[in-house]
Amino acid sequence: MAGERQNPRETGPVIGVDEWVGREQELREERGGLFGRARILGERIPPVVWLAVFLAVAAVLPLLMNTGDLNRYGLNTAIFALLALGLNVAVGWTGLLDLGYVAFFGFGAYTYALLSSTHCFTETTCGVHWPGWATVPIAVAATALLGFLVALPSRRLSGDYLAIVTLFFAQLFLTVAANGDRVSALGLTGGVNLTGGPNGVPNVDPIEIFFIRPTTVEAYYYFTIAALVLVAAVLWFLIHSRTGRAWTSLREDALAAELMGMPVNSLKLLAFSIGAAIAGLAGAILAAEQTGVFPGNFDLSILITIYAMVILGGAGSMPGVVLGAIVITVVFEVLSPTTSTDKISLLFYGVILAALVVKIRPLWRLAFVLGGTVALGYAVHLVAHAVSPSSTRGEAVSGGFLGSVTETLFVIPADPGDWPKYAYVALIVALLALTRLDGWRRTLLMPPTLVLTVFVWENLLVLEPAVTRFILFGALLVVMMAVRPQGLLGKPRVEIV
Amino acid sequence: MDWTRFFNVLIDGIQLGSVYALIALGYTMVYGILKLLNFAHGDIYMIGAFIGFGVLTFFGGPLSPNLPLAPLLILMFVVAMLGSGLLGVAVERFAYRPLRDAPRIAPLISALGVAFFLENSALLLFGSQYRQYNGFDLIGTGGFFIGSVKITWINLLVVSSAAALMVALMLLVARTKLGKAMRATSFDREAAAMQGIDIDRVIVWTFFIGSALAGAAGVMAGLAYSSIYHFMGFTAGLKGFAAAVVGGIGSIPGAMAGGLLIGLAESFTAGYMNGTWKDAVTFSILVLVMLVRPTGLFGKPEIQKV
Repeated sequence: MAGERQNPRETGPVIGVDEWVGREQELREERGGLFGRARILGERIPPVVWLAVFLAVAAVLPLLMNTGDLNRYGLNTAIFALLALGLNVAVGWTGLLDLGYVAFFGFGAYTYALLSSTHCFTETTCGVHWPGWATVPIAVAATALLGFLVALPSRRLSGDYLAIVTLFFAQLFLTVAANGDRVSALGLTGGVNLTGGPNGVPNVDPIEIFFIRPTTVEAYYYFTIAALVLVAAVLWFLIHSRTGRAWTSLREDALAAELMGMPVNSLKLLAFSIGAAIAGLAGAILAAEQTGVFPGNFDLSILITIYAMVILGGAGSMPGVVLGAIVITVVFEVLSPTTSTDKISLLFYGVILAALVVKIRPLWRLAFVLGGTVALGYAVHLVAHAVSPSSTRGEAVSGGFLGSVTETLFVIPADPGDWPKYAYVALIVALLALTRLDGWRRTLLMPPTLVLTVFVWENLLVLEPAVTRFILFGALLVVMMAVRPQGLLGKPRVEIV
Repeated sequence: MDWTRFFNVLIDGIQLGSVYALIALGYTMVYGILKLLNFAHGDIYMIGAFIGFGVLTFFGGPLSPNLPLAPLLILMFVVAMLGSGLLGVAVERFAYRPLRDAPRIAPLISALGVAFFLENSALLLFGSQYRQYNGFDLIGTGGFFIGSVKITWINLLVVSSAAALMVALMLLVARTKLGKAMRATSFDREAAAMQGIDIDRVIVWTFFIGSALAGAAGVMAGLAYSSIYHFMGFTAGLKGFAAAVVGGIGSIPGAMAGGLLIGLAESFTAGYMNGTWKDAVTFSILVLVMLVRPTGLFGKPEIQKV
């Protein structure tokens, strides 16, 4: 929603936000820190500039990366950004918790894959190769319809019921996708292979829209960016239309919106279906791009990943969710088992150090925390070495200077056994305790927590990057909700009582 | 018709329903008081199952336990219930309490985050392999017959201990001062606070009791269905929630009836049709109830005040 209001103080009241309360919040926000300034900047820059910057970076990206990296960082980011934009319609604008979103993503992908591949439904019906200009719209429309049907039964669509019905639906979709290879109607007909079961649908055709027929990663990258810009433009006009204003107003107060004569239920169903349609489009692109669909592409971890993007970037803000998609995809791809543990560790320690340097004031406190960490780490190292020499003989995951520093200063056992697991639990307890303490008590607890962090990271987390990233995403949702529910670029919301 | 088979499926359904009912109780109690859908509840059930397994392993495992059966079982239940109860309290304290006055969607997203955090932490700590309680080695495959229908000791243990816990909960809610405070709080939180009820304390106890019941359900599931794994809480949590909604969310007898209904439906689907589609059957029941009677079997329609 950047650029929606260049300067809120001149344009007067905003729908759904009490004027005085909204301004009070804004004034406080303006003073507050790095994020506050980033948000103000985000609102001052007109959307055209955002778009131009985004397009410029997106256009040169393939020149800077090899194909593998472009696939991991470029194409995946574009697809996830598309998904985040779609989820933002329901979650950010209308305030509906759509937990079946990943099923719509999957449904679009499967629809495309089944209609444009060599997949055999029965022994005689094989290889329905419809062209992309027919299949993509069918996939999008079918997904929108499915979204409508799923939302319909939770009649008044109150948040909780909708959430649970859609979450259940996501689970059901996975079951059907993984077991739909021998479907028969009550045993009356012969088995129909509807989804390819656990093996998915291989050999999916490229998207063919008249003369466009992308087959390489670069081509798909540009194709997805084009789709992303198109969808973003449509959404931008939509949110500034009557419908868009109605959505945000019923997010703020559904009852008031209803009393103003808005057709609340149809508006919610519309938002839900539009979100689903965008997920369907992203699904079709995914199916064509990876030339196949598999049930594992649409499990719950993907749902949480998309949610982390929307929440981190700021639900309701279009540049926000795209930014969130970029950040989360990069974290997601960096923390994958294929990245060398060297780089992950460097990034991990770098981020922690940067956060400490930025956040801890005054400087003597920072010096105490860093010095205390090194001193305590070394003390523990000496004690551990004295008790059992093998407990400090392990090798740090990172080589070079960083590796030798961690080996000398901290405890890395040759065979850690179950110790890292106990340390992990202790680390969580310590982190939770940190949130409850302040002043010198917090400062005092920080060095032990950091020593514990290094121990757990070196001996447990970095060895399981794929699990670590989901732990981080889960924690991110909780922390953001408590600390900064509006995300990086979102607008703070005020609940009017 | 094969009546022996029918009754076997029925007994399985009652056993499964007892587990679901215990999970549903936690959902319904928290929802009644906070109007919060605690997605992490299913994962607390999973942690409970792992704590019970830890106690069992600590005392020598199912094949050669170095403690007599009865104290071992009691210890497993007590430690699991305490552990998951405390975990529930911690989740409330750190994830939900800061959001008590936030927009409705915020605690839901937070709950989702907690659920995912717990699941993946369990994956990190316990690994992805299935752990075996081996309930039949521990308790034995014996049982007694009613006609040609066999009821195993495990069936009896699960159903009777679930029933005992539910009766205890009913008594607690109906007869004690805490129960009275809980009912008052769920009726109107602000008004209850004005009568001098310590709302935070009531909420903490609600989370403790609800989570402890889920922990007990976890141990029961481990004993009855043997294998436990890090992702077991997700589907069980969904079923428990479906049970709570079917019975009428916020209603304690409703959660029991709903749990039993869902358990029976799943058992009969698995016994007479195809086990793969039992999720679909539960989902259909949920959708049907929402269409026909959105307040559930025992729920009272809520009047929205402005």
